[in-house]
Amino acid sequence: MTATMSAGGTASAAGLHKPRPSRHRRGRDRSAPLSIIVWALALYFLLPLVWLAIASTKNTGDLFSTFGFWFGDSFALWDNIQSVFGYKDGIFGRWALNTLLYAGVSAVGASFLATMAGYGFAKYRFFGSNAMFSIVLGAIMIPLTALALPTYLLFSSAGLTNTVWAIIVPSLVSPFGVFLMRVYAADSVPDSLLEAARVDGAGELRTFFQVAFRLMVPGFITVLLFALVATWNNYFLPLIMLNSSDLYPLTVGLAQMQSAGTSGGGGEVLFSTVITGSFISIVPLIVAFLFLQRYWQSGLSAGSVKG
Amino acid sequence: MAVTTVSSADPPATRRSPGRAARRGHRGHPLAGFLFVVPFMVLFIAMILVPLGYAAYLSLFESKLIGGTSFVGLKNFAEALTDPAFLGGVGRMALFLVIQVPIMLGIALFLALAIDSGRTRAARSARLLAFMPYAVPGVVATLMWGYLYGPDFGPITQAFEALGLQPPDLLGESSILGSMMNIVTWEYVGYNMIIMYAALRAIPTELYEAAAIDGASRIRIALSIKIPAIKPAIMLTVIFSVIGTFQLFNEPALLDAIAPVVITNGFTPNFYAYNVAFVNQDVNYAAAIAFLLGLVIAIMSYVVQLSSQRAERKVRR
Repeated sequence: MTATMSAGGTASAAGLHKPRPSRHRRGRDRSAPLSIIVWALALYFLLPLVWLAIASTKNTGDLFSTFGFWFGDSFALWDNIQSVFGYKDGIFGRWALNTLLYAGVSAVGASFLATMAGYGFAKYRFFGSNAMFSIVLGAIMIPLTALALPTYLLFSSAGLTNTVWAIIVPSLVSPFGVFLMRVYAADSVPDSLLEAARVDGAGELRTFFQVAFRLMVPGFITVLLFALVATWNNYFLPLIMLNSSDLYPLTVGLAQMQSAGTSGGGGEVLFSTVITGSFISIVPLIVAFLFLQRYWQSGLSAGSVKG
Repeated sequence: MAVTTVSSADPPATRRSPGRAARRGHRGHPLAGFLFVVPFMVLFIAMILVPLGYAAYLSLFESKLIGGTSFVGLKNFAEALTDPAFLGGVGRMALFLVIQVPIMLGIALFLALAIDSGRTRAARSARLLAFMPYAVPGVVATLMWGYLYGPDFGPITQAFEALGLQPPDLLGESSILGSMMNIVTWEYVGYNMIIMYAALRAIPTELYEAAAIDGASRIRIALSIKIPAIKPAIMLTVIFSVIGTFQLFNEPALLDAIAPVVITNGFTPNFYAYNVAFVNQDVNYAAAIAFLLGLVIAIMSYVVQLSSQRAERKVRR
């Protein structure tokens, strides 16, 4: 196991993912049955999203009268987008901006705090450091949603619910991020480099920002992506913390739109509006995923191989 | 219980830098290390430990319209343990755990092995497609599947009707749990697959090339070399799945709007805690449920961890 770990750890730490030469050789003998099963599964993942994309080009009439996996008689995507952004005086745009704000600030803040803490735990020994790290590790086990209710009760007793901070501050804490960055810092920042910086008279903070942080950037981005997805997709916390729809993120807003539509709220919300709104809300994340996907793998191999 | 696995993985990392103690004089000032950790720890205490403590405190009280708030000790916990709604939710999640989690992780492991083997056409694209649902918020995934299942314009109903068959009621009482399992599987196979795949990529090739030369079949290599080698990663996905299962909330909360009759307010323990806190306005009881739920999860993760260690010991003997 030790061999596996160090191989995985150092390769990912250095951000090297050279394809192994042997894979090219073996690449030639494809297996048709295997490919068919894998691609059948891939279709299972893709088709619902294809349906969503097609459905968002239909008006409500076509939605009911034409087959789900083919386009309708009219191409209503632009009309639908207009009705999404026109819904209740453009509140959808507001929700999108809120989501961007919550996810952006929380993710950057959480990964920065996790990087600093991970570095501190990996490269320094101080009173209580082991005890503190053990508590943080134990907290990975605490289910976030089970924690949301207690957090709400606390915020509510302090009168802080229904504010931006009620979403951002709890999202700044990422115990898993600290764990990942500690592993990452231990692997990617050589002690000798830190010593050299100190011998040259650089202060601890300067050493961190100008030497260590640069080496930890790939790990930082992995934690950033995790935190970004977690906050972007969060539903429970904003649902309980926020009352005014001006502060809603997309998830809560969409859910509210849907329930207003199905509970017969005067037909104000059309199915096509909810569907198109859902489609619009996932496009940015999917694009970000496709572009940043190599960070997922490298960061996860540091975390999972060791964990 | 990543705690135990992690600490067991720790020594090699420490061993890698020899003479650490000797160089301690050159190490940074301990106070600097403390200061790096402080910002996170302050928030950690304020956002995790304090809420937990506060919830524990609240769970020991009871508030009534007449008589106000009074200390009742563990009464709320005793009540929850005999509450059919809470127990029903926990039972449903236990069912989820034994049916959905093995299916999801089985598919994830199969995909990871298939894509890593290099014998699949366009493996890279297949990997990306499988991972894509993870980018879709649970809310949107549930909304989308709700429409796909739905009787009005769901393509499943459409397909059955086109063939002249009776369409299945995917949102009925007997099928809703299965429909929910499908949504969760769709969302998280890719995430688990990536964790396993990353671990597979880290196995040194020599380990199985020798076996291949000795004439071991590919399936045999996968079963007796690759899977044992990525066991820590598989355990991580199992534990994450246990945690995820017991805190299911989005799926019941959103399906409730389209299938209000079959989604009871205790469908999942977390959905129950939410309903108790915000519909029944019983904060104290909700705190006790949230606490018990955390306890159930901790015990389940511990059992999983323990049983895997026991299994490993048996193999070694």
